[in-house]
Amino acid sequence: MTLAPAVPDSAVPGTAVRIGVLSLQGDVREHAAVLEHLGAETVTVRRPGELAAVDGLVIPGGESTVIDRLARLTGLREPLRDAIAGGLPVLGTCAGLILLAERLRDAGPGQETIGGLDVTVRRNAFGRQAESFETDLVVPALEELGSGGPTVRAVFLRAPLIEEVGPAAEVLATLPDGRVVAARQRSAIGLAFHPESTGENRFHALFLRSVHEHRLARAARRRLSRPAAGRSPDPRPRQP
Amino acid sequence: MNSTSTPATSHDAPSTGTPTLKRGLAEMLKGGVIMDVVTPEQAKIAEDAGAVAVMALERVPADIRAQGGVSRMSDPEMIDGIIETVSIPVMAKARIGHFVEAQVLQQLGVDFIDESEVLSPADYIHHIEKHRFTVPFVCGATNLGEALRRITEGAAMIRSKGEAGTGDVSEATRHIRTITAEIRALAATGEDELYVAAKELQAPYALVKEVAEAGALPVPLFVAGGVATPADAAMMMQLGADGVFVGSGIFKSGDPAERAAAIVRATTFHDDPAVITEVSRGLGEAMVGLNVADLPAPHRLSERGW
Repeated sequence: MTLAPAVPDSAVPGTAVRIGVLSLQGDVREHAAVLEHLGAETVTVRRPGELAAVDGLVIPGGESTVIDRLARLTGLREPLRDAIAGGLPVLGTCAGLILLAERLRDAGPGQETIGGLDVTVRRNAFGRQAESFETDLVVPALEELGSGGPTVRAVFLRAPLIEEVGPAAEVLATLPDGRVVAARQRSAIGLAFHPESTGENRFHALFLRSVHEHRLARAARRRLSRPAAGRSPDPRPRQP
Repeated sequence: MNSTSTPATSHDAPSTGTPTLKRGLAEMLKGGVIMDVVTPEQAKIAEDAGAVAVMALERVPADIRAQGGVSRMSDPEMIDGIIETVSIPVMAKARIGHFVEAQVLQQLGVDFIDESEVLSPADYIHHIEKHRFTVPFVCGATNLGEALRRITEGAAMIRSKGEAGTGDVSEATRHIRTITAEIRALAATGEDELYVAAKELQAPYALVKEVAEAGALPVPLFVAGGVATPADAAMMMQLGADGVFVGSGIFKSGDPAERAAAIVRATTFHDDPAVITEVSRGLGEAMVGLNVADLPAPHRLSERGW
């Protein structure tokens, strides 16, 4: 994984998409490995300026209270919120799902979320590590990719659960008993489990597809509004 | 419906305690700081300061060192209290080889067990057979061979040992440098030379080959033992650690909450001297240190375990 500095994004079709992995804490490397295997370029995101340079964002698994706390301390939370609200494609797994939830139950002390996914999530809903489990899930949306079946091996680690899905979001996967463990809202995907832990790359492929669509749409909008000059975001300088 | 397209779909029923789940939880702790706590109040301070997990124990290593005597697993009552107080993962220590202490800790529902040289060993020959447990284990190591033997026994995370309870980071430095250098050397070793490498490391060939091919351990590698300042934590991360354990360094210092938060931030921004400078300002007194060089060999905890 490269630790590239913030650079202006490019919307040139055919170039690799640049995906930021929120790198405040958690299994950053596993996500980067899956994304790079799928042909994306990855950069770490720890500062607001680095967020301006990415075509999509992954919020990894980890301890959501720690990621939230560091995101607020470093002034990253508001830019993250704005970017996701502005349509930046995002994939969150486990802690990432918690951070994307509009509403959170059993939050840690003072814990907040970034939002972007119209769901209510309960943190540590299954219990402690002794209750962590792996199981097969049937995910019909994976058939959109046109390769492989709809079944995935899913790893739930002290996992959250989606207890309510608001009107803006749709269910992506449930446990056999109907409890919701994955949801999607336009280009935001939240999973209660960890595809990155088992080498499962189809959720990342689904995410990258929406990144490509988003980038093409954005490029088209730019051509319409400003035919001569491409937007060149001015990333915030590195904090001294 | 085609369910043959993905691997490992033959077992439909949910399973718990698998190696994937054990290593998976270890992966989720990466980039974080695990803090020693001896009371629920300290656990709360650690959680509020951004600890990724807390380590419940009866006495921090500095006190174990000062008070001497046999050091054992904590009172289950105390561990229960900490489990009830915080929402982050709770770890607890068992003595090296003491598989019944480990059974008790698993029964209590801790999220991770540290088979730790900081406590008095219960078995000078065998470590705990960790595959028999559903709870994941972390073990200390001073070199690659030791790390690989612990992984063979089922450890889901390795932490370099350092010299706990001293506030002297030099042993932690030595151990992480040794382990990472040995991994690099192994990665550069010819395939036909790996058999002898395995013999010299006193570790199984298959695991040695796996590390040589990956250029990394198959489990996360944290650092422990003597980390007392934000700069110490950042240095360990720059040396290749996946995360940091801080024992006596926090609650033996002047302002634990402030120091804990500073170490968390320095761990995340370990490659940014500006952040480390900022968080290091006005932290108050660090723990009183002991120079490892002044410790007589029998008092060096890192020499426990093999």
